[in-house]
Amino acid sequence: MNDTALSRPAPDPVLVCRNVEVDFDGFKAVAGVDLELRRGEVHFLIGPNGAGKTTLVDAVTGLARYTGSITKDGEELRGKKVHRIARKGVGRTFQTATVFENLTVAQNLDIAAGASRGPLTLLRRRKTLPETVTDTMKRIGLDDAADTLAGVLAHGRKQWLEIGMLLVGDADVLLLDEPIAGMGHDERETTGRLLHDIAAERAVAVVEHDMDFMRANASRVTVLHGGAVLAAGGVDEVSADPRVQEVYLGTSDHQETADAAAA
Amino acid sequence: METIVGPLFTGLSTGSILLLAALGLSLTFGQMGVINMAHGEFIMAGTYTAYVTQQIVGDAGVSLLIALPIGFAVGGAMGLVLETLLIRHLYHRPLDTLLATFGVGLILQQVARDVFGAPAVNVTVPEFLRGGVDVLGTTVPKTRLFIMALAVVAVAAVALVLRFTSAGRRIRAVVGNRDLAEASGIASRTVDAGTFFIGSGLAGVAGVALTLIGSTSPTTGQSYLVDAFLVVVAGGLGRIKGAVVAAVALGSLQAVFETYSTASLAKVGVFVVIVVFLQLRPQGLFTLRTRSLA
Amino acid sequence: MRNFAQSRLGTLSGFAAGAAVLFGLAPLVLSGFRLGLFAQFICYAIVAVGIGLAWGRGGMLTLGQGVFFGMGAYLMAMHLKMADAEFRSGPGAVPDFMELAGIRELPAYWVPFASPAFTIAAVLLLPTGLAAALGLAVFKRRVKGAYFAILSQALAGAFAILLIGQQTLGGFNGLSYFRYFFGFTLNDPVNQRMLYFITAAVLLAVVALALQLRRSRYGELLVAVRDAEARVRFLGYDAANVKVVAYAVAALFASVAGALFVPVVGIISPASIGIIPSIMFLLGVAIGGRATLLGPVVGALAVAWAQTTLSEQFPSAWTYAQGLLFVLVIALLPGGIASIPKLAGRVRAKNQARTLEATA
Repeated sequence: MNDTALSRPAPDPVLVCRNVEVDFDGFKAVAGVDLELRRGEVHFLIGPNGAGKTTLVDAVTGLARYTGSITKDGEELRGKKVHRIARKGVGRTFQTATVFENLTVAQNLDIAAGASRGPLTLLRRRKTLPETVTDTMKRIGLDDAADTLAGVLAHGRKQWLEIGMLLVGDADVLLLDEPIAGMGHDERETTGRLLHDIAAERAVAVVEHDMDFMRANASRVTVLHGGAVLAAGGVDEVSADPRVQEVYLGTSDHQETADAAAA
Repeated sequence: METIVGPLFTGLSTGSILLLAALGLSLTFGQMGVINMAHGEFIMAGTYTAYVTQQIVGDAGVSLLIALPIGFAVGGAMGLVLETLLIRHLYHRPLDTLLATFGVGLILQQVARDVFGAPAVNVTVPEFLRGGVDVLGTTVPKTRLFIMALAVVAVAAVALVLRFTSAGRRIRAVVGNRDLAEASGIASRTVDAGTFFIGSGLAGVAGVALTLIGSTSPTTGQSYLVDAFLVVVAGGLGRIKGAVVAAVALGSLQAVFETYSTASLAKVGVFVVIVVFLQLRPQGLFTLRTRSLA
Repeated sequence: MRNFAQSRLGTLSGFAAGAAVLFGLAPLVLSGFRLGLFAQFICYAIVAVGIGLAWGRGGMLTLGQGVFFGMGAYLMAMHLKMADAEFRSGPGAVPDFMELAGIRELPAYWVPFASPAFTIAAVLLLPTGLAAALGLAVFKRRVKGAYFAILSQALAGAFAILLIGQQTLGGFNGLSYFRYFFGFTLNDPVNQRMLYFITAAVLLAVVALALQLRRSRYGELLVAVRDAEARVRFLGYDAANVKVVAYAVAALFASVAGALFVPVVGIISPASIGIIPSIMFLLGVAIGGRATLLGPVVGALAVAWAQTTLSEQFPSAWTYAQGLLFVLVIALLPGGIASIPKLAGRVRAKNQARTLEATA
């Protein structure tokens, strides 16, 4: 890692990936990745399509099997089930915002806040909203939409709701998969502010294609290419790396065609 | 020798019956993800095709050989109509497709009842398939050998079509990545209809063949359907190879259970084995591992 | 309107209205025979409430409810046969159908069913336990969707075949000719009426339980699992447990319905619990509205009524109608009858918008 190249002294990492490999029937989607996520940082994972970004997130959250080691606060996560890893405070969003469309915003957040509820609480009716839910609704700008069905929310607000669901669930490692896909300019700015706001006491990793958004908001960047780490460090440092420019930043027009094909 | 050949043969034979019934399903369910509960009624249509052909032609041997392609056409045509009128409109609702096609199956059963009557009709086994052949000291019925041979031929034909024809390549392309296939100019709707035609046609062929060993009645197809689905589930979606292995395995298992207990307990035994098996391999025997949320 | 329906007063008045119909109106207008039929329909409605919960709210296509219905029915039927035999020839006597089949010794597994308490406990616990065990095995490994539907269907098929093979359970003919129900003669009209009241009360209780589950946090969670199971797991829940509860509750309802069905109808046989009858349980639920509380009840009652009225006179036409209903409702009206007002409202709103646009 090129940590020493960063100007600020880094706090201890919360989440540590060591030599993570994901194998899909002989195809190495992730091939020996090292990664550290720290509290207070918005860490961008970038790279062309098929670079292994989402698969890495899948590995961390227990969806994809891997070799190597992923620890959170020193505890090994490998082999744990998806919901166990989530209970350890590792939260993720999906490329297409996934919320409970037939439930209201308040219900969505209430469910997200309640993974540790016992059966008796579950079997009773909800009388009032937990304080964390009302607070979070304000934080993600959805306090006017408590009783709106999540399915009818605008695209961008769905993504905020999904982030909010991780917040009420007390996740302190947030892995966000393309959180600004399909957002307009204002929404992107709001999302950027939200990311820094929540990163204050959490580690946030963002998988993103949008380079402007990355430059504006990244505290640290890791570039993946062909399943491996191509470069890592601060924004300027990574942008200046000729290898990165070659495979990714310099070929932005190719990127657009790739995006169009994936859409 | 006899002790090995007997059970082995029974297993292979039961397996090939299962395989014939399941082969079409492994295309429509396995490759397209469509659960067609009327598949059993397509098999039933095949059995009545054999019956009607025999009524017209008379000679059992000739009519069997004619009925096989006609059965394919009848099953395929029914499948094509069903796909176009109903299933196409339900592609993103697999469970609803199951129930809607169950309704279609009910209707087809009743049509058979109204046309041919509820009691089973008789299809004569051709002269050249009567009796048995001596294999390593065990007498095995020729009808069963014929069905095994037909199952082998059908699997080989499907595999060859999928691998070497342009239609087969299109089918595999659509199954692999529908969006990409469409972007590459493949008319996925035509491919779907084609896949469904072949899958349903195979049900018709299965029906014709099954008249050699079973009865022909409006509920004939239904009795094969659940077992056929289990074969596809255990084999793994989208895998002809899986269907073959699973059919033979389940057939042998059934044969073994039946040797040591009753036929009814054998069904329960097979079910338990499948549930336990799915504990180990929830996606079936053979699967493609890819990035997915499932 | 919505608020009133969801308020405590709304709920109470809803139940009061339901009770008035079931306990007041129905016995008043229906003859003894028809009241018995109605009790039979209510048994199907109880199964339907469970299916509505598991399928409509939980997204689990349960094609094997006949298994749990059948278990409840056979468990109760065994007790009734034992009681009859004991009444005729004293304790430990062999039920009549076994005598006819030449079975002189009472099979060991029949013995505990002499006890009414054991029977009731078995009706409540065995099918529920089986469903929980099966659900855990299946859902923990994330077998779902079509796979689950096919497994549940296979279970129904295997169960029916198993029963046909059991001579000590009446084989193909099943169990029938029950004379007493917990000491009361079944052919007494007063007792028949009492049996109807019990069945109706159970329906109300089952609806109340389903309502509580739907309105609780669990009910919201169940819908969340139905719509986005992966999201729920990534929030830290074991989604399998959520599904198992709904599946087991649906099995419990089916079992209780089966146990009531036996004294009400007087016969249970493998023919009424196999693959086809199991799927038929879903027709009413689909027609009424799978995701609603009362849709399944109304749908199941309507289908059962139509079946009784039409199937004897026009057996062929009724089968066509059933098939067509499945196709049409599932393809064109997946929300069932309950969704018609909403659809109509949407159409009206669209028309209004169009008029507004036209006038603007």
